[in-house]
Amino acid sequence: MSLARAIETGDLAELPSRRDEDWRWTDLRGLIRTLPARSTAVEGGVGAGPFDGLATPVDQVLNGRAERADPIEAGVAALRWISRGDGAHAARKTIRVGKGETLVLLESYEGLGDHVAEFDLVLDVAEGAALERIVLVDEPAAAVLVSRADVTLAPRARFAQTVLTSGARRQRIETRVAHPGGGASARLDGVYLLEDQRHADITTVVTHAGAGGVTDQLTKGVVGGQGRGVFQGRIVVEPGADQTDARMGHHALLLSDRAEVDAKPELEIFADDVACAHGNTVGALDEEALFYAEQRGIPEAAARAMLTEAFVAEVVDRIEHEGARDVARAWVAARLRDTR
Amino acid sequence: MTPMLSIKNLSAEIDGKTILNGLSLDLPAGEVHAIMGPNGAGKSTLSYVLTGRQGYEVTGGSVTLYGEDLLALTPSERAAKGLFLSFQYPLEIPGVPALTFLRTALNAQHKARGEAEIAAPAFLKLIREKAAALKIDFEMLRRALNVGFSGGEKKRMEILQMAVLAPKLAILDETDSGLDIDALRIVAEGVNAMRAPDRAMLVITHYQRLLDHIRPDRVHVLAAGRIVASGGPELAHELEREGYDKYAGVPA
Repeated sequence: MSLARAIETGDLAELPSRRDEDWRWTDLRGLIRTLPARSTAVEGGVGAGPFDGLATPVDQVLNGRAERADPIEAGVAALRWISRGDGAHAARKTIRVGKGETLVLLESYEGLGDHVAEFDLVLDVAEGAALERIVLVDEPAAAVLVSRADVTLAPRARFAQTVLTSGARRQRIETRVAHPGGGASARLDGVYLLEDQRHADITTVVTHAGAGGVTDQLTKGVVGGQGRGVFQGRIVVEPGADQTDARMGHHALLLSDRAEVDAKPELEIFADDVACAHGNTVGALDEEALFYAEQRGIPEAAARAMLTEAFVAEVVDRIEHEGARDVARAWVAARLRDTR
Repeated sequence: MTPMLSIKNLSAEIDGKTILNGLSLDLPAGEVHAIMGPNGAGKSTLSYVLTGRQGYEVTGGSVTLYGEDLLALTPSERAAKGLFLSFQYPLEIPGVPALTFLRTALNAQHKARGEAEIAAPAFLKLIREKAAALKIDFEMLRRALNVGFSGGEKKRMEILQMAVLAPKLAILDETDSGLDIDALRIVAEGVNAMRAPDRAMLVITHYQRLLDHIRPDRVHVLAAGRIVASGGPELAHELEREGYDKYAGVPA
């Protein structure tokens, strides 16, 4: 059952609904009463992507159609999921990072229109390999998007991910990591900045199957207007996955009375001698800090923007690739100017 | 001559509870006045009402700075007019380096006054000089403002901000609290270095100790929300000897 299945079969019963525990805050069946027609091919140019210039190759998937098939294996590559028009489409892609290789994957979701789309990615990170994935999701307010990544790590693999999204009509960014332990590490970070009636759901599931694995997660959200942020973070430590070191943080700022954040951090621990911690906070900007900045001469709006940007910067600063970090910073600053 | 700061019959409340009750005070340019008083007299409330903190409702009276109605301005507008508060408990600002914070504040004030922005090299020169005088390690200024700083470091950072922003009127709220004797001396020297004919200071303190280092021109006793006695520096010593008991019975 998935949005992709529903698009392929045309069967609305395949849509996840609020009756599914994992989807109760991101109900698609209640939202989509009729599926739009399948998207046609994109006509004309699509312009530059946010990471152009940082990467070669630049791979594009246009309305679900892979434009070219340059293999992405190592180095710095960009992957653009582009949607145009108001149809439905789905696509799937597999990327393997070979033994000892290093790949920086700069992914962008670039929509225009009110499409319904699901994009799935299978990521395989071999022994001793490193993958840093930066995902910039900039979709229109009317779009529905599901992004799902299934990541399999080998021992001593390093995986680091930063998702940045401004949401959409309904949107789910899901990452599932099969973590073998064995010195492998995963960092799963997220930023969601929501205004108006935008919705974003960041869901992660990390399953530690072997001993000696590290997972570090930090997600921060800023929600204004009637926006709604969802964070679901599950860490499973299976029997035998001893010496697992897992930490998860989720912190959200609400900028308006009608903004909403739903958070569900879950730690399921079936092993001994593990270090697992999670922290979750949802609140408003610190009024005392705000007054302090104003007393120094910084006008209220600028003080709010400064403190909010600093709140999000903690996540953005963890991006290792310098060029991508600069793109992310600029995107956050521009977005926060619109978020009230 | 009009005093720099003129407070007339000021009353203010928090959550419907009257804290300031007909407070009057004139502070001429070039002078340092101390405000002393028992706990709960309204000392910190006075500093917050003057700087415009939310939640403090002015129910009567007036405050003017150079003849201009201060109470009609927002907190940042008051700052740009030259009003500075050294906080009793300076706030931590996670994610904003002290240098960035101060430069943003200084340029915001310049902009509000229609002055040119200060360029980065000139700003760095200014802040290096002021930091050295206060024995603040420049590297500390690259860290998030006040995050993980000791009580003494936070108070020195307040004085550094005052030195960089060069206010017309500085309110020092319990600046000596939490300082050991060496830190107190450094802070007091920093404050004394800023005494100037066109600058006034209001030093709020519970104890006389700070006033050995920052010599006030006048001392006022604040009790039950208003000034109940005023005098020269000797009044501070009298209070130190005799306590505030004799003012406790003053009706509010």
